[in-house]
Amino acid sequence: MSDLLRIEDLSVTYATQEGPVPAVRGVTLGVDRGEVLGIAGESGCGKSTLASTILRLQPASATVDGRVLMDGEDVVTMRWGDLRTLRWAGASIVFQGALHSLNAVRRVGQQIAEPIRLHEPGVGDAEVDRRVGELLEQVGLPAARAKAYPHQLSGGQRQRVMIAMALACRPDLVIADEPTTALDVMVQAQVLDVLTTLVREAGLGMIFISHDLAVLAEVSDRIAVMYAGRVVEQGPANLVFTDPLHPYAAALGASFPRVGDPAARYAPAGLAGDPPDLRSLPAGCSFAPRCPRAVDACTAAEPVLELKRPTRAAACIRVGES
Amino acid sequence: MNDQIDAAENGLSLEARDVAVTFTSRGGAVATALDGVDLSVRSGEIVALVGESGSGKTTLARALAGLQPTTGGEVLVDGEPMGRRGRELKALRRRVQMVLQDPAGALNPRHTVYDSVAEGIRLHGLARGADRTEERMVADALSAAGLRPPERLFLRYPHELSGGQRQRVLIAGALALQPQLLIADEPVSSLDASIRGEVLALLLRLRAELGLGVLVVTHDLGLAWNIADRTAVMYLGRIVEAGPTEELLTNPQHPYTKALLSVVPETDRVEPVVLQGEIPDPTRIPGGCRFHPRCPELASGAAAAAGVDVDCRRALLPVLPASGGCACHLVAARQSVPS
Repeated sequence: MSDLLRIEDLSVTYATQEGPVPAVRGVTLGVDRGEVLGIAGESGCGKSTLASTILRLQPASATVDGRVLMDGEDVVTMRWGDLRTLRWAGASIVFQGALHSLNAVRRVGQQIAEPIRLHEPGVGDAEVDRRVGELLEQVGLPAARAKAYPHQLSGGQRQRVMIAMALACRPDLVIADEPTTALDVMVQAQVLDVLTTLVREAGLGMIFISHDLAVLAEVSDRIAVMYAGRVVEQGPANLVFTDPLHPYAAALGASFPRVGDPAARYAPAGLAGDPPDLRSLPAGCSFAPRCPRAVDACTAAEPVLELKRPTRAAACIRVGES
Repeated sequence: MNDQIDAAENGLSLEARDVAVTFTSRGGAVATALDGVDLSVRSGEIVALVGESGSGKTTLARALAGLQPTTGGEVLVDGEPMGRRGRELKALRRRVQMVLQDPAGALNPRHTVYDSVAEGIRLHGLARGADRTEERMVADALSAAGLRPPERLFLRYPHELSGGQRQRVLIAGALALQPQLLIADEPVSSLDASIRGEVLALLLRLRAELGLGVLVVTHDLGLAWNIADRTAVMYLGRIVEAGPTEELLTNPQHPYTKALLSVVPETDRVEPVVLQGEIPDPTRIPGGCRFHPRCPELASGAAAAAGVDVDCRRALLPVLPASGGCACHLVAARQSVPS
């Protein structure tokens, strides 16, 4: 059982002028120390809402149901003071788009030092500088880069700074929300190396969010695939990628071809249609309107996420049919 | 397959010959974005130009589209040097359309889909007669881009569309001018995974149905594998390897191409070669082979064993011809030794 983070039956609904938008609907997940949980899904599937709810960073218009247990403490109902400690020191987020998340007019070293100064006011200047240097080296940048401004760094270096910042207060859990999406393949490979080494060496727990199943399969131990606010498949990372059960997981995996695979040559795989409007979800399975395997029964009731194989769950009535 | 296209009537060929583009910064530093590049693309074929940020691939695409003046070499349109006068460029821009990345930013948020697609038709004065009304042309372009029925989208604004629909509207805007070539800069990098395949399939269909040629600029090798006939790999202002996609991606020769392929996440056949550092600053292009400071073959001593390490550091490589090949001292040395 996962002790570090347990999300139990979590639902997040945004109130909007056009009515309630259920962004996350009954998600149960867990992460342990030294483990990477990959969350796969596309725009609007609820993965980023899920990430921000873990640190209670969701907007005020959101209503949260269910429990988010960090080391057994419920973040949803936590007192403000405890929440402050949790953010940065307990868990931190690496957002995508490092260019916009960094302050353009402050040196990156100062920005990495900021959470340390806030959370550990007793630490002296020399010690802060030493830790900033150490953090930069941990993410593969020379300590001297602390003096650089964000515009003096490349996209990959800025993303490394973001990771160093997330590690500043030695959190137990790091949530990486599409940390490599805007990066080139070579730089992406470098950043993935940094992240996986950190998990292995520092024994962190990590949630890695991406729409690229191939990237997730490489860094994660387990993968949860989300669609329209729900987890539709969960299991060991390599199996979800190489032998997906849910038709959506299969489509997501196929959309990034394996170079050299004759079946993908002149045959880009995609899914017709668009993700559903969360305000008016289709009856039954939300994926049914785009599903190549849908039958009439799919629209009757929303399928439950249930064990289909010993370590693998899927929410699809067509999985395991004889 | 390219020969089936009647070059005089429908076809268009663009060719870069030893094209160079330099930019001078306010401080006087000269950045060499393109340092001698040969590349051709014509109607009916799909060519992928692959490289990392800073490799010069977007500059090359813009030079081929006549949007970027060159400082050396020339761009040939149907074998003739590209005219630089306003009228000549305007005519060229109808035949060669650019599709930009980031459809959210490229569409005017206050223009309806109809106006966005009709803009080019109006600028070029293409609508005339009862059978070529503006409305008809807009509708045809939207249908060709897979947005059906087109009339339902006429009055929508970009924010009401999904990412995939916006990208199709951009492609429709290009198609409305009945171009012969599309130059697409990262056409799917900002799209969701499941939409990606749909847009790529659209490019393949446009080639099959309209004989369009496509130059697609990307950092995504999977995209090249999905749709490109030929692929060229750029590094720091030069093409370092080019050839038929199948050959290039299944049997790469250049150490840089090999490294790029090895870090594509799902490639589990090979040990990943993660290059350290990033593409150098284009104001300080390394001497000799421009890839040598990061080259794993030089670092491992393989180049020295073949006796080319001095060349790697000192000897300039010739510009690769448009027909393809591999610009690498080590590969050349190995090929010249009969095995």
